[in-house]
Amino acid sequence: MKLLALQRTMARAVMQPLTRSEHMQQKAPGGGKMRAYAGRFIKPNDRLTSFERLEIYNRQYWFRLFSAMTEDFPGLRSVLGEKQFDAMCQAYLIDCPSTSFTLRNLGSKLESWLRAHPKFAAIKQTLALDIARLEWADVEAFDNEAKPPLRTEDLAGAAAANLTLELQPYVRLLDLKYPVDDLLLAVRKEEDTDFASNAFSERRKKKHVRAVAKLKPQAIFLVVHRIENSVYFRRIEPEEFAMLAALRQGKKLGKALDAAFRNSAMPVDQRAGAVQQWFQNWATLGWFCRPRQNAANA
Amino acid sequence: MPANKFNGFTEYGIGIGLRATHYDHILSRKPVCDWFEIISENFMIDGGRPLQILDQILEQYKVVQHGVSMYFGSAEKPNREHLRRLKDLVKRTKTPWVSDHLCWGSVDGRYTHDLLPMPYTFEAAKLTAQKVREVRDYLEVPVAVENVSSYAEFHVSEMTEWEFLNEVVERADCGILLDVNNIYVSSQNHSFDPMAYVNSVPAERVAQIHIAGHSKYRKYILDTHDHPVIDPVWKLYDRAIHRVGHTATLLEWDDSIPTFKEVHDEALKANKFLASSVLATAS
Repeated sequence: MKLLALQRTMARAVMQPLTRSEHMQQKAPGGGKMRAYAGRFIKPNDRLTSFERLEIYNRQYWFRLFSAMTEDFPGLRSVLGEKQFDAMCQAYLIDCPSTSFTLRNLGSKLESWLRAHPKFAAIKQTLALDIARLEWADVEAFDNEAKPPLRTEDLAGAAAANLTLELQPYVRLLDLKYPVDDLLLAVRKEEDTDFASNAFSERRKKKHVRAVAKLKPQAIFLVVHRIENSVYFRRIEPEEFAMLAALRQGKKLGKALDAAFRNSAMPVDQRAGAVQQWFQNWATLGWFCRPRQNAANA
Repeated sequence: MPANKFNGFTEYGIGIGLRATHYDHILSRKPVCDWFEIISENFMIDGGRPLQILDQILEQYKVVQHGVSMYFGSAEKPNREHLRRLKDLVKRTKTPWVSDHLCWGSVDGRYTHDLLPMPYTFEAAKLTAQKVREVRDYLEVPVAVENVSSYAEFHVSEMTEWEFLNEVVERADCGILLDVNNIYVSSQNHSFDPMAYVNSVPAERVAQIHIAGHSKYRKYILDTHDHPVIDPVWKLYDRAIHRVGHTATLLEWDDSIPTFKEVHDEALKANKFLASSVLATAS
């Protein structure tokens, strides 16, 4: 068997889902018996059959990927419950196997995949999508690039209305139907507490269920960002969110301001003050990058 | 012999793997440690805390890069994005050499994130060596390949694992990261003499040595890096050091990680063998 053929043969078996009891399936990829499939390319030894030797890799593959998903999506796990989360992960990873050298990107397609497969969250679909989006935004906010921040002098001479401002790549904007920021913080706090007290997972499960059951829909506008390399969640008003979203789309400042107040109930006399306050906050938090030409000259 | 072209002519001592659980201790206490090995992929990112920590570590310590997903033995071409990011990191750390595993783990663009064993064939050796050369030429630093622990062997193999290792490194003219724990684990799983393996390695190519612990099950051993180094592995280390000389040595501890001091103390046990190798050379 040539190298490529052997690697394809082994990878198909290694990436085939485990049974419910977390063992390798008896059925081979494409049909037939797995024992015969494994025996065709793997040698047995005096202690293990070809099947058993291949099974070690099959189990390690799934345990490693489940572990990575659990680490990145503890909130979604609490929403779906452990069993359903595991079922969802398996289905997701079959459809979207890793195509990156790093496990960091494993969950990058989860939100869109979950949207197309509503059966895993059923009546909790909206909540599940919200928490999945938040948890992926958290991954991106953690280690996306931080470009040189915008300085006052970068704006000198620019006509305000025609100005284009670029948001930092690590700033993520989320419009959510549920207050999942609170939920995720609660889940993390529980996990920290349980880790510290060495408590049992059964108690953790029950607490999660209660927290999810209590969660009522509430539209929120959230910025996931970082300060001194720690990730934070910041709720903002819909107008501020609309303006940031427009700027992220590359709209000029004048258009972004139009977008901010298009459907706004904010009294007209308060708008200028609000915009001024937003800019102060954004400058303090360093959410905007220096224009490319200026950054290169810095 | 220890300082050679495969480790950038460096004389590194005993290091440990840099792990997140020890960051606070290292940055606040600044303990003495000859060097740290980082998992390259953990820092091949665009920004954030990991790079900030790395930069702080680099101000105080020597760092060597060790990768887990280059997959020299995969039949497909190297991933260009991976190479680009790896080279950026090489520039940042100024690592004297980079290492990754003599294994495969991806096929048709899909990653298993595992270190899968090679079939020991001449075809695989040729292709793997070609890939090692490509990576080294792109990165412009010496490359060392590490022998992996394995749990399966293939019918198509045409040679032993150590013959395969020799075939690859001679063809690629690259270094070896000799993992004596992996040799022990595989020797138990495949019933060969681990000393024969250590004795067959071309000593002049050894850039670095790994030591680690593992987990023993009823029918096989798993390379879990979650225990101290056992005596039979120290014996292999002793033999390796007598053959290759005072070589950069690193303890891997990746799961159930104890305190920094415990990990470092375990690594420093290597000093006993390094001292005896110096005495043996002197006499």
